[in-house]
Amino acid sequence: MTSNRSLSLKLKIWRQKNSQEPGRFEGYRVEDISPESSFLEMLDILNDQLIRQNKSSVAFDHDCREGICGMCSLYINGQAHGPDQLVTTCQLYMRRFKNGDTIYIEPWRSRAFPVIKDLVVDRSAFDRVIASGGFVSVNTSGNTIDGNALPIPKEDADKAFDAAACIGCGACVATCKNASAMLFVSAKISQLALLPQGKVEAKRRALAMVRQMDEEGFGNCSNTGACEVECPKGISLENIAQMNREYLSASIQNED
Amino acid sequence: MEQSKFTASSIGKKFLMAATGFFLMVFLLVHLSVNLFLFGGKQAFNEASHFMATNPLIQISQYILAAGFIAHIFFGIKLYIQNKSARGKVTYAVNQWQAHTPFNARTMIYTGLLILCFLILHLKDFTIPIKIADTRRFTHYELVTEHFKNPIYTVIYLIAFILLAIHLSHGFQSAFQSMGARHKSYTPFIEKLGVLYFWFISLGFSTIALWFFFKQ
Amino acid sequence: MSRLDAKIPGGPLDDKWKNHKANLKLVSPNNRTGIEVIVVGTGLAGGSAAATLAELGYKVKAFCYHDSPRRAHSIAAQGGINAAKNYQGDNDSVYRLFYDTIKGGDYRSREANVYRLAQVSANIIDQCVAQGVPFARDYSGLLDNRSFGGVQVSRTFYAKGQTGQQLLLGCYSAMSRQIGKGRLQMYHRHEMLDLVIIDGKARGIIARNLISGEIERHSAHAVVIASGGYGNVFFLSTNAMGSNVTAAWKIHKKGAFFANPCYTQIHPTCIPVHGTSQSKLTLMSESLRNDGRIWLPKDQQESIAIRQGGKNPADLIEQARDYYLERRYPSFGNLVPRDVASRAAKERCDAGFGIENNESGEGVFLDFSTAIERYGREKARELGIQKPKNEEILQLGEKVVEAKYGNLFQMYEKITDQNPYRTPMKIYPAVHYTMGGIWVNYNLMSTIPGCFVVGEANFSDHGANRLGASALMQGLADGYFILPYTIADYLAEDIRTGAVPTKHFEFETAEQNVYDRLNFFVKNQGGRPVDYFHKALGRIMWNNVGMTRDEKGLLDAIEEIQHIRKEFWSDVCVPGAIDELNLELEKAGRVADFLELGELMAKDALNRKESCGGHFRKESQSEESEALRDDEHYAYVAAWEYQGENIKEEKLQKEDLNFEFVKLKTRSYK
Repeated sequence: MTSNRSLSLKLKIWRQKNSQEPGRFEGYRVEDISPESSFLEMLDILNDQLIRQNKSSVAFDHDCREGICGMCSLYINGQAHGPDQLVTTCQLYMRRFKNGDTIYIEPWRSRAFPVIKDLVVDRSAFDRVIASGGFVSVNTSGNTIDGNALPIPKEDADKAFDAAACIGCGACVATCKNASAMLFVSAKISQLALLPQGKVEAKRRALAMVRQMDEEGFGNCSNTGACEVECPKGISLENIAQMNREYLSASIQNED
Repeated sequence: MEQSKFTASSIGKKFLMAATGFFLMVFLLVHLSVNLFLFGGKQAFNEASHFMATNPLIQISQYILAAGFIAHIFFGIKLYIQNKSARGKVTYAVNQWQAHTPFNARTMIYTGLLILCFLILHLKDFTIPIKIADTRRFTHYELVTEHFKNPIYTVIYLIAFILLAIHLSHGFQSAFQSMGARHKSYTPFIEKLGVLYFWFISLGFSTIALWFFFKQ
Repeated sequence: MSRLDAKIPGGPLDDKWKNHKANLKLVSPNNRTGIEVIVVGTGLAGGSAAATLAELGYKVKAFCYHDSPRRAHSIAAQGGINAAKNYQGDNDSVYRLFYDTIKGGDYRSREANVYRLAQVSANIIDQCVAQGVPFARDYSGLLDNRSFGGVQVSRTFYAKGQTGQQLLLGCYSAMSRQIGKGRLQMYHRHEMLDLVIIDGKARGIIARNLISGEIERHSAHAVVIASGGYGNVFFLSTNAMGSNVTAAWKIHKKGAFFANPCYTQIHPTCIPVHGTSQSKLTLMSESLRNDGRIWLPKDQQESIAIRQGGKNPADLIEQARDYYLERRYPSFGNLVPRDVASRAAKERCDAGFGIENNESGEGVFLDFSTAIERYGREKARELGIQKPKNEEILQLGEKVVEAKYGNLFQMYEKITDQNPYRTPMKIYPAVHYTMGGIWVNYNLMSTIPGCFVVGEANFSDHGANRLGASALMQGLADGYFILPYTIADYLAEDIRTGAVPTKHFEFETAEQNVYDRLNFFVKNQGGRPVDYFHKALGRIMWNNVGMTRDEKGLLDAIEEIQHIRKEFWSDVCVPGAIDELNLELEKAGRVADFLELGELMAKDALNRKESCGGHFRKESQSEESEALRDDEHYAYVAAWEYQGENIKEEKLQKEDLNFEFVKLKTRSYK
C-alpha cells in the first residue's frame, strides 16, 4: 500500500569526465525521496539539486523508462539493474531501499564497453556484432512469399520469440566475471537459427558473429550462469548452448 | 575446419576445455576404479596396478592423458588471462557475487591451480616412483599405505579432494553446456548426474585415504 | 488555389497508387551510388527507409540520438500491427481496413493516403516474416491474429506484448546488414539541430555529436525526417524521455508546414500520476478493457475515503459503484474507442469522483473481479467441482486472467506495489501519440523540396484519432514501400548534381546559428533547470490543451506559454560545456522547441472550433455531451506556415479534404 514515509539516502556515484580521464566515486545525499518514485526519478531529483547549484549533473543513459529500449544501464549495489530480478533499472522502485541506505551506483564495467562519461558507456560493440551477421539477408522489397506460405511450429516460433526478447542492454556483459557477451550474441544466433527463414545462412552467421564478438574484446564463457540470473528479459542459457552447437557444426563444415 | 581459427575462437577454446575436461573426468573414474582394488587387499591392488603399468593400450593413453592435462591447464590459464583483461582495468567497487555467480563457477581457476599443485605432489610421490621404482623393494600397495600413515599428508589429500569436488561440481555440467548440450528436458538429469559424479569421485578417493590412515 | 498541392493522383481508389507508381521517375542502379540521402531518426519509419534506400544502392546516412538505432521508441509499442490479410476469413479486405481507419480518424484524413496504407499493409507482414520477426503463431504453424479496439475483424498481428520491439529489431537487422556492407553510415548519438537549404532544396543538416559535442555538417541530395511524435510537449506522456520535436520543428522553421498540431491521442489505460517527481507514464495495453470494468464510486464521500486510504475499494458493494462507460455507452460499454473512454474518465474526475491519491485525485478503477468470478465459475464447472467455495472460484479465475494478462499484471504490481488480482487497478488517461505533424503531399514530401517526412512525424494517415495497431503499420509502410518509390521521382533530377559540398555559405550560416544557440544556453546565468520549464509547460498543456479544450482555456494557455518561454530564455540554467556529453544542453534545445510548438498547438486548437477525434472543444458537443464535428467548416487539414519568432503570426494554409468514396457520418457508440 501507499505509504507516506520518505527516504533519506547516501549515494556513492562513479563520476568520470570522459573516456580519457580517470574516474572516482563521489558522495551525495538525497532527502525526502518517495518510496513510490522510480530509481531514475531519484537520480532526476539529485540532478535537479546539482543543477540548481550550477554543478554538472550525473550523466546516465535512459530513454523509454518502461523496460524495453535497453538504454538504462546501472550497476546498483553490486548488481546489474539493481537488486530486483527481471527488471531494468528504470523499473526499479525506491520502495526496494531502506531509509539511511548507502547506494553504490557504477557504470557497466567491461573493456568492450568503455565509459563515455559518468555512468554512460559505449555499447556500439553490440551493433558491430549484429552488423557482422545478425540478420536474414532478404531484401526489403516486400516481394517475398506470403507470410503464411511457410508454416513454423508454434514451439519454434515461441522459442525464437523468447530469444528475440533481448533488449541489448548489456547487463549480461556487465555481470559476467569474464565480461562475456555470449548471452547477447547467442540470443540473436539462436532466434534466427530456430526459424526457417534464418536457417539458410545459420552457419555463416554463427561464424561471423562469433568472430566479431571475439574481436570486440569480450571475454569467454565460463558457464557461470550469472548472465541469465541478471538478464532483465530472462534470456535462457539454452541459447548459448544452441550457439555452441551452431558454431561447432559450422566450424566442422566450414569450407573457407 | 581451420584448426588455428577454431582454437583461437572463444567457443573453440571452451570446446577444448570441455573436451579435455571430459577426458580427465573419464580418467578420474578409471583411476578411482583401480584404486578401489586397494580395499581388496595387497594382491588385488598390485595386480590391478601391474595391469595398468604394463598394458600397452594404457601406456599409449598415458601420453594422451598427459597431453589432455597440459591442454586443460594451458587453455584454462590462457582463458583466465584473457577474461581478466576483458573485464577492464577498473573493477566494481561493490559486487554481489553471491547473487549471481555461484562460488564453484567463480573459483575454477583457483581450485584448478591448487589441484595442479596437488597433482605435482601426486606425480612426485606416486606416479613417478611407480614408473621408475624397483617393485622388488616395495609394491605399489605399500607405496600407498606408507604415505597415508602421515596425518599431514592425509589432510593435504583430503583438502585436494574437496577442491576437486568443487571444481567438478561446476566442471561436469559446464562441459555439457560448452558442447552445446542443454535442454530443459535433460539438463536437470545432467545436473543430478554431475552431483552424483563429484560425490562419488571425491568421497571415493577420500575414503581410501582415510581408510589407510586409520588402518595403521 | 491554396499553396498546398497534395498531388493526389486521379482515378478510382483502387488504381491511384498503382497508376501513380507507374508514372514515377526512376534512378537507375548505376546512378544511385552517386546520390546521398540523409535519414533522421531510426524508428520503424526511419529505420525501414534507411535500410531500403541503402539496399537500393543510394548512399545513406542515418542519424539517431540513441546509442543504437535499436532503441527508438517504436520499440515500446505493445499491441500489434494491422494488415488486411483476411487470414481469419472474417471478411476483412483492403477496403475495410481503409474504411475503419478513415472512420476511426473521425473523417479528418486523406482518402488516397489511407487507401494506399491499407493496400501495402499485407506486404509488411510478408516482409517482416521473411526478416525473421517471430510473430505469434497457432498450433497449425500459421500466423495468429487478434482483435483490437473499434473494429469488427481480427486483423492484428502480434508478438506477445512486444510487437513494436520485434518489428523494430527486424528493421534494425535490415539496417545492420546495410551497415555491414558499408552502404549505410550510421551516426548514433547524434542529434540534428538544423536543416540546410540550398537554392530552395533541402541539401543537408547540421548535427551535433552528442559525445564530443562537435557540430558537424552533413550534405545530401535529399533529407528524410523520421523523428517521431511530439507527445512530450506535455512533459508527462508514454513517450520515451528523449522523444522530441526538434528535427520536425527545425524544418518547420525552415519552411515546412506543420499540420493539425492539436490532434493528440490520449490513451485511456495508463498508470496514474503518483507524485510531483514523476518523469514518465506507463501504458497498460488496451486489451485489458476486454475483461476489465471501469468504475468510480457513486458517492463522492467514498471517493475521498478511498483516496485517503480509509476505505478498500474492493469492499464497495455493486450498488455503490458507477460503471460510467457501461452506463453512458450501453452497446460498446468498456470497449469504446480511446478518445471516448479518456474523456469520460476526465469528466468523472473533474466532477470530483477520482480515486487516486495524487494532487488532482485523477484516477479510475479498472476492475477484474467480475471477470475473475465468471472465469472461476466456468473453470469450476469444467473441472466438475460441486459447490465450489468462494476462495476456490477466485483462485481458478485468477489463473485464467493470469494466462491472458499475466505480464501486464506483473508490470502493474512492480510499479504500484498493489496486487491487481485482489484490488482493482487504478488507471488514468495519458498522452500517447500525436496524429498531427509535418504536412506532406502524396509523395511524403513536405513543402520544402527534397525534405521528406515519414512515420509519426508526418500528419498524413490517422486524421484526428488513430486506431490501435495502426502506428506500426504506417511507419513501416512509409519506410519500406512508399518513400523508396516516391523519393526516386525527386532524386531523378539529381543524377548529374554530384556531391553536395558542405563549404556552401548556407551550411556556414546554419552551423553558426546552431553554435550561437548552444553557446547561449551554457553561458546563460540562470537559476532554474530545464525540467522546471518543461514541467510548467506540460501542466498548461495538460490542463488547457489536453482532453477537453475551450476558447478561454486556449487563450490563457497561449498567454502562459509565451510567459514561460520568456522566462525560459532568461532564467534557464545549463551547467557544463558544449564540447562534451551534456544531457542538460540536449534537453534545453528540445524544450525550447516544445515551448514554441505548445503555443502552435493551442493556436490550432483554438482555430478548430469543432470537436473531432482526439480534439474536443467544449463549445462543440451534442446534448449528450458527445463530440460534434462540423464538416461544413472544418473538413480541412490545418497546415501552419512559420512566420518568424512570434508563433502568433503563423499563417494558416488549408488543404480541403474531399471525400469521394466515403460518406461522412457521425460516430456513435451508444
